Amino acid sequence: MNQQMQDGHVTADGRQIGGVLMDMKNITLRFGGVVAIKDISFDIRQGEIRAIIGPNGAGKSSMLNVISGFYVPQEGEVWFRGEKRGPMRPYQVARLGIARTFQNIALFDGMTVLDNIMTGRLNRMKAGFFSQALWWGRAEREENENREQVEKIIDFLEIQNIRKTPVGRLPYGLKKRVELARALAAEPQLLLLDEPMAGMNVEEKEDMSRFILDVNDEFGTTIALIEHDMGVVMDLSDRVVVMDYGRKIGDGTPDEVRSNQEVIDAYLGVAHD
Amino acid sequence: MTERQAPRGELHSVPALLARNVARFGNRPAYREKEFGIWQSWTWAEAADEIRALALGFLVLGLRQGDYVAVIGRNRPAHYWAMVAAQMCGAVPVPLYQDAVAEEMAYVLDHCGARFVICGDQEQVDKVLEVGARAPAIEHIVYTDKRGMRKYDHSHMNALADVQAEGRAAAARLGDELDGRIAALGYDDTCVMLYTSGTTGKPKGVVLSNRNIIETGRNTCEFDRLTEKEEVLAYLPMAWVGDFIFSIAQAYSAGFTVNCPESAQTMMTDLREIGPTYFFAPPRVFEGQLTSVMIRMEDASRLKQRLFRHFMAVARRVGPALLDGQPVGFGDRISYALGKFLVYGPLKNTLGFSRIRVGYTAGEAIGPEIFDFYRSLGINLKQLYGQTEASVFITQQPDGQVRSDTVGVPSPGVEVKIAENGEVFYRGPGTFVEYFNNPESTASTKDAQGWVATGDAGFFEPGSGHLRIIDRAKDVGKMADGSMFAPKYVENKLKFYPNILEAVVIGNGRDYCTAMINIDLGAVGNWAERNNIAYASYQELAGHPQVYATIKSHVEEVNRSIAEDAMLSGCQIHRFLVLHKELDPDDGEMTRTRKVRRAVISEKFADLVGALYDGSPSIYTETEVTYEDGRKGRIKATLKIEDAQVFPGAEQKVAAQ
Repeated sequence: MNQQMQDGHVTADGRQIGGVLMDMKNITLRFGGVVAIKDISFDIRQGEIRAIIGPNGAGKSSMLNVISGFYVPQEGEVWFRGEKRGPMRPYQVARLGIARTFQNIALFDGMTVLDNIMTGRLNRMKAGFFSQALWWGRAEREENENREQVEKIIDFLEIQNIRKTPVGRLPYGLKKRVELARALAAEPQLLLLDEPMAGMNVEEKEDMSRFILDVNDEFGTTIALIEHDMGVVMDLSDRVVVMDYGRKIGDGTPDEVRSNQEVIDAYLGVAHD
Repeated sequence: MTERQAPRGELHSVPALLARNVARFGNRPAYREKEFGIWQSWTWAEAADEIRALALGFLVLGLRQGDYVAVIGRNRPAHYWAMVAAQMCGAVPVPLYQDAVAEEMAYVLDHCGARFVICGDQEQVDKVLEVGARAPAIEHIVYTDKRGMRKYDHSHMNALADVQAEGRAAAARLGDELDGRIAALGYDDTCVMLYTSGTTGKPKGVVLSNRNIIETGRNTCEFDRLTEKEEVLAYLPMAWVGDFIFSIAQAYSAGFTVNCPESAQTMMTDLREIGPTYFFAPPRVFEGQLTSVMIRMEDASRLKQRLFRHFMAVARRVGPALLDGQPVGFGDRISYALGKFLVYGPLKNTLGFSRIRVGYTAGEAIGPEIFDFYRSLGINLKQLYGQTEASVFITQQPDGQVRSDTVGVPSPGVEVKIAENGEVFYRGPGTFVEYFNNPESTASTKDAQGWVATGDAGFFEPGSGHLRIIDRAKDVGKMADGSMFAPKYVENKLKFYPNILEAVVIGNGRDYCTAMINIDLGAVGNWAERNNIAYASYQELAGHPQVYATIKSHVEEVNRSIAEDAMLSGCQIHRFLVLHKELDPDDGEMTRTRKVRRAVISEKFADLVGALYDGSPSIYTETEVTYEDGRKGRIKATLKIEDAQVFPGAEQKVAAQ
């Protein structure tokens, strides 16, 4: 806590950026002979929006998978909330307070929006099997409490009108929003967004940006995101990590990154030796 | 001052009515709003408490008597409370259209000199901040929804709930001051100021007094026997006079419940959940519902389709007569009862109309088929004729005397007369005081005896005594050969086809009439889907040859029916085109209440009008469009111009007479 207080500073728009939430130390990730991530270190601070950018195949999604604990790097250490993290199962990750969305939407198509978002609260439900089956006592109480939280998120993301619509019938932009809602339902400390704007038109992108900023502002959620749209990244993020061919080539505020020669080369395509 | 229960004769303001309702209906629901998936409700006593807290909060912020308080937001109890709270403080509420762009808002905010602005959410706050120096009188912004507002400079800004909390804290200190201000409200003081969207020129602020609002509310509640048991759904723009009359004047007069939907998109679901007993909708809403019922029936099973067709035929034959209390044979009654069980009941339930006792439509003419459809289901849908300057009601249809082609008899207390040129004039208890800061317009609209020109041409039908409206008086013109040109009449006939959303007929001073047509994307899109016609955009669908063929057949049917009318047979459409974009209020082509602005259209689409008259088979055009956030873009299209068949009318006879 003390550590955080020292590190804490306030951004230009008045948000509180705290101490280090997650620290990646010298991460290297290999798939057989392919080196996806080569000796990368960076940190994510409490309350910030941290972007990971880079050209195709730079290793961004692999990095996100390392953060989420889905991939275990061969070398390096992942520290979360001041503790070194070992290999974990997905539910353990969720209990740690990490939630994510996927590049190619992973929702239950046959279920309604409401039910999909409710699944985000599964790790908050503690009632036993019989209680759940009979919907009695603790199960009933829990469901009401969880539904209340979910309704707040539905209100927050302005999807009241599709509450009872099966997800399969929704257009792409809305599915993305439902996925964000489900991730938020877990009340995560760290929210990982894998290309939240991919395949969206300008208006949908603006809506999504607004929601991401609002989530960060309203709930104080730390957000790490991967995104291709540079305009969006530069507007949204507090700090940006730039990757290219598995290496980190830049790290800093959007302005610093923008003026970094190596980053410019990577994006404009200078011949690599 | 502490006497909160004024007798009927002394109910001189909306706050006084509120106090009476607390005394009389204290535990009945006054407001409901769906939030977080649940209907939250407030009784009259609770609502009065909230309103009083807000009014006290306004006093803390320094609201003065005679100030103007702008309210910009969707229908929410808090926004209605803000209006009544402003009245309590002796200020005048001015509701604004929430979908207006900053440009339009700047004019109104500056014109009324609002010191306080109540905003629904961040979007509205942003617009007001954007207006900034163009409305220098603005001192304080109060917002309802806190979301996204944390970062703003709050030196002149507050959340509405916080204002209420401050008000509650100051209750002992400012309570007497507030009671004094409520007691000082006079019958002829301004109750509300509503800006008319105006089909031409700048919006005008219509000043309505307490007398206008309270007498109109009382008279019309008596006319339709509205009681405290009614349920209404408040979903129409708060800036529109109708919403103020239904959700405040009548609601406070009769003491009934105002229900606010969860969001604009959930309106149909909320309508079904509430099942209002008193309902108003513009014809567009009824048309839209009927279109969606028809589309869904076409996708239903064979058996259901047959049932539907059979019983709808029964309903059309028997329903209206039953509703009007006319004698109906025993067999027909049995058939109708069976139909009610199998078709009408479930259908009404789906539409949310199960409990409707009184339904009104107005604003535009409603298609006879559409009107009869709802009447035949046993829904007491009626028409009224009104405008902002009349506190809505000029004429309305009494129960049992309802027809699709008239707008009824004068409302209680209202006098109506027809001028030489056919223009309709009225005066009555609801007649507005003046246009705010605009004596010239006031003088040109309202004469010394209080008669107001409606700008509509019409006549009283001999026999029934019902008023019939033909068209806007200024739109009624002459063709080059001197025959009568009534564009609205023709446009309405066209719009009765589900495929046609909007039509603009041109022909004043010309040799023949032409039309620009907007397709209805819902209806035409469904047709395209069923016929495996692929399209990538509105523009492509609108220009599809088969769509053109369908529209052409509609135009020709309309021509045939116009040809039968001796007076108007000159208005047949010789050439038409299907527009490449929907007419849109954001582009200034329509008013916010979706009335076509002829002058804007004929200027903006001058090239298209030219092509309609120079005989060219197609025209290339570029049109500027405005997106919702105010940015502009251009769309390009080549439009085909089609000739339609015209029919020999009774023209000769008219010329001879």
